[in-house]
Amino acid sequence: MDIKILGSGCPNCKRLEENAKLAVAELGIKATVSKVTEIEKIMEYGVMGTPALVVDNEVLFSGRVPSAKDLKNLLLACEKAGQK
Amino acid sequence: MLQEFADWATYSALGMAQGSQLAAAVNFFVYDSIKVTLMLVVIVFAVGIIRTFVTPQKVKKWLGNKGEGLGNALAALLGVPTPFCSCSAVPLFIGFVESGVPLGITFSFLIASPLINEVAATMLLAMFGWQIAALYIGSGLIVAIIAGIAIGRMGLESEVEEFVYKIKAKALKEREMSWKERVDFGISESKDITLKVLPYILLGIAIGGLIHGYAPADFLASIAGKANPLAVPIAVIIGIPLYSNAAGMVPIVGVLISKGMPIGTALAFMMSVIGLSLPEMIILRKVLKPKLLAVFVLVLFISFVMIGYLFNFLLA
Repeated sequence: MDIKILGSGCPNCKRLEENAKLAVAELGIKATVSKVTEIEKIMEYGVMGTPALVVDNEVLFSGRVPSAKDLKNLLLACEKAGQK
Repeated sequence: MLQEFADWATYSALGMAQGSQLAAAVNFFVYDSIKVTLMLVVIVFAVGIIRTFVTPQKVKKWLGNKGEGLGNALAALLGVPTPFCSCSAVPLFIGFVESGVPLGITFSFLIASPLINEVAATMLLAMFGWQIAALYIGSGLIVAIIAGIAIGRMGLESEVEEFVYKIKAKALKEREMSWKERVDFGISESKDITLKVLPYILLGIAIGGLIHGYAPADFLASIAGKANPLAVPIAVIIGIPLYSNAAGMVPIVGVLISKGMPIGTALAFMMSVIGLSLPEMIILRKVLKPKLLAVFVLVLFISFVMIGYLFNFLLA
């Protein structure tokens, strides 16, 4: 799974990155977490709010930081959908 | 019922003497904090549900084919429930401009979104009644509409950084949420936002309570009262660089009013604290050339000052 955090580096973006890394570790899924900070690249995904989370080039959500628990559920659902 | 509880907490549980200034301050604090918190939980939940319907992607689509006037009014209205984190200002601005939303309409939205804040509106409603809350929302809308139209008419499209026009954003396909997801979102928003602003609210109410209980009445009337015609612009200038949580501002502004600051001046001060801030200007500088940024700040400054004078005059 390829997870990208879109955001300019504000506190919310950093919080999302930490939550995502934590969720990946706790779920034990194979995933890479990387950051996209250039505004041109962020806009290519069509998001209008940061931070946003992209999984395998699909925007999962934008403009919010879900709780660690919600994020885990979201990533777990993606992982299951990917295995089918 | 709340008042009874506050009375019980102050006079029975804490055993304070009725009539003392400290007891009055504590009573005020207990009553207001509980009332504000309860209303906040309910209203933020409702706004959270609305938020799931009013996403930036949809707003962009709705505004794309609207002209001046109606477009500005719609943009200002849609800016009310839309959450605003200043770090989202840049993608939001680019997304609007890139999809063909006129500059003036984009600004109406960008102004309304932080300026009309549901937490501040709820607190005004809880602490000072619906008239003051309506005054705040109404004047916020007027500022966003008029400032947007003014900026739109100046023809400053060339004062937007060039790269903005070169960006091609991919259309984002949004999945429709189910009602369960909307309610879940409302609950999580209500919980998150209430918990986040509560410390500021309590601090604001505590400071407010102290001033309320101790500062002499008409203390401010002498410096910021009607006799001083420059009070409004000075209040707005002081408010612009201040970057305060809207939640903490409201109780303090309320006390300023009760100590003799005219409502228009207090409203103008509050709007300039909430609606304009240095961090926001620094972020907007990424997409606006200095001239347009200066126009933006100046137009808002004039709008806030006019709102201040208008309500000082109307409510005199």
